Amino acid sequence: MTPLKERLVQLEVLRYNPDTDTEAHFQRYEVVCQEEWVVLDALNKVKADIDPTLNYRWSCHMAVCGSCGMMINGEPKLSCHAFLRDYEGVIRVEPLAHFPVERDLVTAPDDFMEKLKRVKPYMIPKEKKPISEGEYKQTPAQLMKFRQYSMCINCMLCYAACPQYGLTPSFIGPAALTLAHRYNQDSRDGGRAERQEVVATHEGVWECTFVGACSEVCPAQVDPASALQQMKITSSLDWIVEHLIPGGKP
Amino acid sequence: MAKSHKPVVWFPFAAGGTVIAFCMPVIVLLTLLAALGHAPAGLDYQNMHVFARSGLGKLIIFGVVALSLWSSAHRLRCTCYDFGLRADTLAATVLYAAAIFGSIAAAVFLARI
Amino acid sequence: MSRRPLVRECPPTTWYFRQPRYMRYMSREITSIFVGAYCVLLVVGLQRLADGPMAWEGFLLALQSPASIVFQILALVAAVYHAATWFNATQKAMPIQIGEGFVPGKLISGAHYAAWAVLSLIVLILAGVF
Repeated sequence: MTPLKERLVQLEVLRYNPDTDTEAHFQRYEVVCQEEWVVLDALNKVKADIDPTLNYRWSCHMAVCGSCGMMINGEPKLSCHAFLRDYEGVIRVEPLAHFPVERDLVTAPDDFMEKLKRVKPYMIPKEKKPISEGEYKQTPAQLMKFRQYSMCINCMLCYAACPQYGLTPSFIGPAALTLAHRYNQDSRDGGRAERQEVVATHEGVWECTFVGACSEVCPAQVDPASALQQMKITSSLDWIVEHLIPGGKP
Repeated sequence: MAKSHKPVVWFPFAAGGTVIAFCMPVIVLLTLLAALGHAPAGLDYQNMHVFARSGLGKLIIFGVVALSLWSSAHRLRCTCYDFGLRADTLAATVLYAAAIFGSIAAAVFLARI
Repeated sequence: MSRRPLVRECPPTTWYFRQPRYMRYMSREITSIFVGAYCVLLVVGLQRLADGPMAWEGFLLALQSPASIVFQILALVAAVYHAATWFNATQKAMPIQIGEGFVPGKLISGAHYAAWAVLSLIVLILAGVF
């Protein structure tokens, strides 16, 4: 086996200490890394060898947990999935855009968590039945209808990519709306009317102008942009039924 | 938070966007040919007049013009916001009014043909 | 230890310089200016058509001014760019599921491109271009 190649990596990391700072500033680190590493490895090396005060979140190191999202050279990325070999020169690492900075690279996800709750991203069965009657069955085709939208890992990269969320923070946003779509599309679910109370508001799908950035940065290939476009169409059809057809209920 | 009435403006936007995509490039191409001195026979007064006199012709012309105007107005409204203009109600009123005015004008001219 | 999160605002008038994809998005949105202006030109054309043969000939002649030619070239580019972005988006807005699989997105968008080509060709033939 050939030995791993070493490389001196320069990181420019945004620092913010809520106890002492009024503004954030960049700090430069130089750290010897293996060429095969990811940005998260470089940060871990910095924290271990150079500066233990550096704060950031991570857990699984395999693009599953969704906690290590950061802006890397201005692009929302999972830092465990951002390979050093894809970057040249100084690598600029910032906390996820559009979220308040708690400390260094740690952001406050409160707003996203609150919005996630509002869209009721859980099964609301069409008809509740006792366990004795068995499971809610589903065909593979019915599963495929929503499967893609169920792959979300709540990493919030799509919120950091979405300019409409940045400009209008009341926007429910890509991931939460997409999860609403995931349950709406589920054959076992009957909660669509409840979710529409949030989805079909101004702050719901109608803030979206189909920039498409959410889908481009999604590390789980969820494609929120497609979910939102489909929800705009169904919400519009709802409106027609509700307002133009006498006695119509969507 | 009440449900939004955005579908009222969004549906014609979506319809207009489709019309623009399918029809506008070839229409611009035709007038551009005329502008470059190669006016096709279809743009002669006689042919255009016959087309615009027929019921189907009127319907096609009005549909294309009105939906395209609305679609452009709606997109421009969003673009104003994207450029930082926060007076969204003003932008919406002016642009939608302009689109409606243009459509009425088109209808009046078509009726006169 | 109290929480004192730092809010970094999205710059409302310059945000689109941050990423190339935002610039692409804004170019798509800006096509509406040229398409909208061209629609106004069409309405004026209708007025001239209603005014009679002389007025129509004058309209066709006015189209030949250099400024008008430049504008129409810009409108053509805008309309084609709009069409391409619109057809590319169809596969997102209207996915088609057959059984457990989905019709490939490229096929949905491709069908729109094909229909566009056929329709444009028919219009050109009806207009007597060929």
